[in-house]
Amino acid sequence: MTTESVGNVEVLTASRLTLRWLAAGVMSLLVAAILGLTVGPANIDAIDALQELLNDLPGVNVESGLTRSHSAIVTEIRFPRVVLGALVGGLLAITGGAYQGAFRNPLADPFLLGVAAGAGLGATLAIAGSFGDGAGYFDATPVAAFVGALLAVAMAWTAGHLGGKSTVSLVLSGVAVASFLTACQTYVLQRNNDVIREVYSWILGRLATSGWDEVTLILPYFTLTCFVILRYRRALDVLAVGDEEAASLGVSPTRVRAIVVLAASLGAAAAVSVAGLIGFVGIIVPHAVRLVVGVSNRIVLPLSVLFGAAFVVLADLAARTLITPAELPIGVVTAFFGAPFFVLVLRTSRREIW
Amino acid sequence: MSALSLSNVHVTIDGAHILKGVDLQVERGEWVNVIGPNGAGKTTLLRAISGAVPADGSIDIDDGAAPTRGTLGRKVAIVPQSPTIPPGVTVTDYVLLGRTPHRGPFAGDSPHDLDIASDALRRLDLVGFATRTVASLSGGERQRVVLARALVQEADLLLLDEPTTALDLGHQQDVLELVDGLRRNAGLTIVATLHDLTLAGRYGERIVLLDGGEVVANGVPSDVLTEATISEHFGATVRVLDDGEGPVILPTVRR
Repeated sequence: MTTESVGNVEVLTASRLTLRWLAAGVMSLLVAAILGLTVGPANIDAIDALQELLNDLPGVNVESGLTRSHSAIVTEIRFPRVVLGALVGGLLAITGGAYQGAFRNPLADPFLLGVAAGAGLGATLAIAGSFGDGAGYFDATPVAAFVGALLAVAMAWTAGHLGGKSTVSLVLSGVAVASFLTACQTYVLQRNNDVIREVYSWILGRLATSGWDEVTLILPYFTLTCFVILRYRRALDVLAVGDEEAASLGVSPTRVRAIVVLAASLGAAAAVSVAGLIGFVGIIVPHAVRLVVGVSNRIVLPLSVLFGAAFVVLADLAARTLITPAELPIGVVTAFFGAPFFVLVLRTSRREIW
Repeated sequence: MSALSLSNVHVTIDGAHILKGVDLQVERGEWVNVIGPNGAGKTTLLRAISGAVPADGSIDIDDGAAPTRGTLGRKVAIVPQSPTIPPGVTVTDYVLLGRTPHRGPFAGDSPHDLDIASDALRRLDLVGFATRTVASLSGGERQRVVLARALVQEADLLLLDEPTTALDLGHQQDVLELVDGLRRNAGLTIVATLHDLTLAGRYGERIVLLDGGEVVANGVPSDVLTEATISEHFGATVRVLDDGEGPVILPTVRR
């Protein structure tokens, strides 16, 4: 060995989130948010919109020059919707990334493991049972969706381990659980024809907001889920070497997996319960980050939050502007762009996992 | 001073009684090779020592009681027979995983961790591969990377499960000589399983022959590697020569 190569080793660098990529993520979210605030049937100048938002801060008084109705569009309609889209997108992306890490399966996302189908059944039961609206102070739909999601994970997990501990059997059991729960949901809908339209629009996903209610509903889940998953990002990297080797390095794979999956299910259920089944974000975003920046969860998970948020805000922009005055369901937009990407991931990663 | 002391160790996996009362003492700085026919329990023995499978009986490491999960990785490092290589992970990141027992799963890599990792890369001649992905390396290079991950654990006891499998003769020698050098320089204790009986006799001081989950022979190579013993436990017909460096095991053609 030469002395030069000995010198090279001084610059040994571990994978970490660089400031450059963090800034790129923040910038893309900001750009998406500004577009989300300004583009639409009522075209509003970006500077005016930002001034209008600044105006709402305590102690700040700047003249935005917006009319009263435009000002209301920015602060009461578009801004909560952009924030909700960002929270939902960030949650879906980080939970997808967390599932992939916890199960060591690049194709894992809340939908493949039946989580969303579970949340869907729960929400359908809540809507069909009219717990959704009539209860006044308490909206049971998110709770029902959350319970359904956790039951789905438990079922997929149990069934997957009965058939062996491979990731393949887990994905298959997730498919089985999703089919089962979807069948239950279909049955419930058949018995409750009157709510089909409402449930159908919930399934396709929507970010329609009524002020800040949805944002305040999802924010605690977002905070808790992101905190737990980001705290476990290194443990997930250790898990990548397999359960037995992770255990020999002092990390309990079952404990890490249980905690991360619980946190991810919590977040996914919260996202699904306020926004419906927005597909593919959990697959697209983490894999795009892996393809471009690197596979370490120290990079993938935090960047997924930012890029997932930006992606959903932009998708929502497309959903509400492409066929104005009508709106496309946002799940249609994400799937339209997500499906081809998903196939690409499938083709490139198949060799590595099976 | 005992680096490893096993007393009446039993392991049962899925109802199969694999280890049936294994007793084994390994002195500090010693190299012991575990040999035995397929299914004798060699790998299970290493997994029991590394805490990967629950075992009955007592396993004392470093003259202390059985360590907890948190401290085990600082006392024992294992190089598995077929390690899981996560796709896309760089050599540096993979080797740094070996620091987990020292810093816990939540803390970041300290400059000290990076120093130890670069030292391991240098010792195993892997400096040029630092930024490559482990999956892109050849079998011999990968074996060294996994060894580097085990080394940065800074454990005194190193377990090697078939470290020469899938390596050509030259790389087999490279790996075993490397391990021998590390043992001498860093004062490691080595317990390795090996299929190649001649190699098992060349490296290390002592051979433990495992058959049916029990230790059936334990001693210096020339005592264990005899025609009678190999015939009895491996069902093989061999001639054992001595070339001055140790026993040479030659299979003979059965007609």
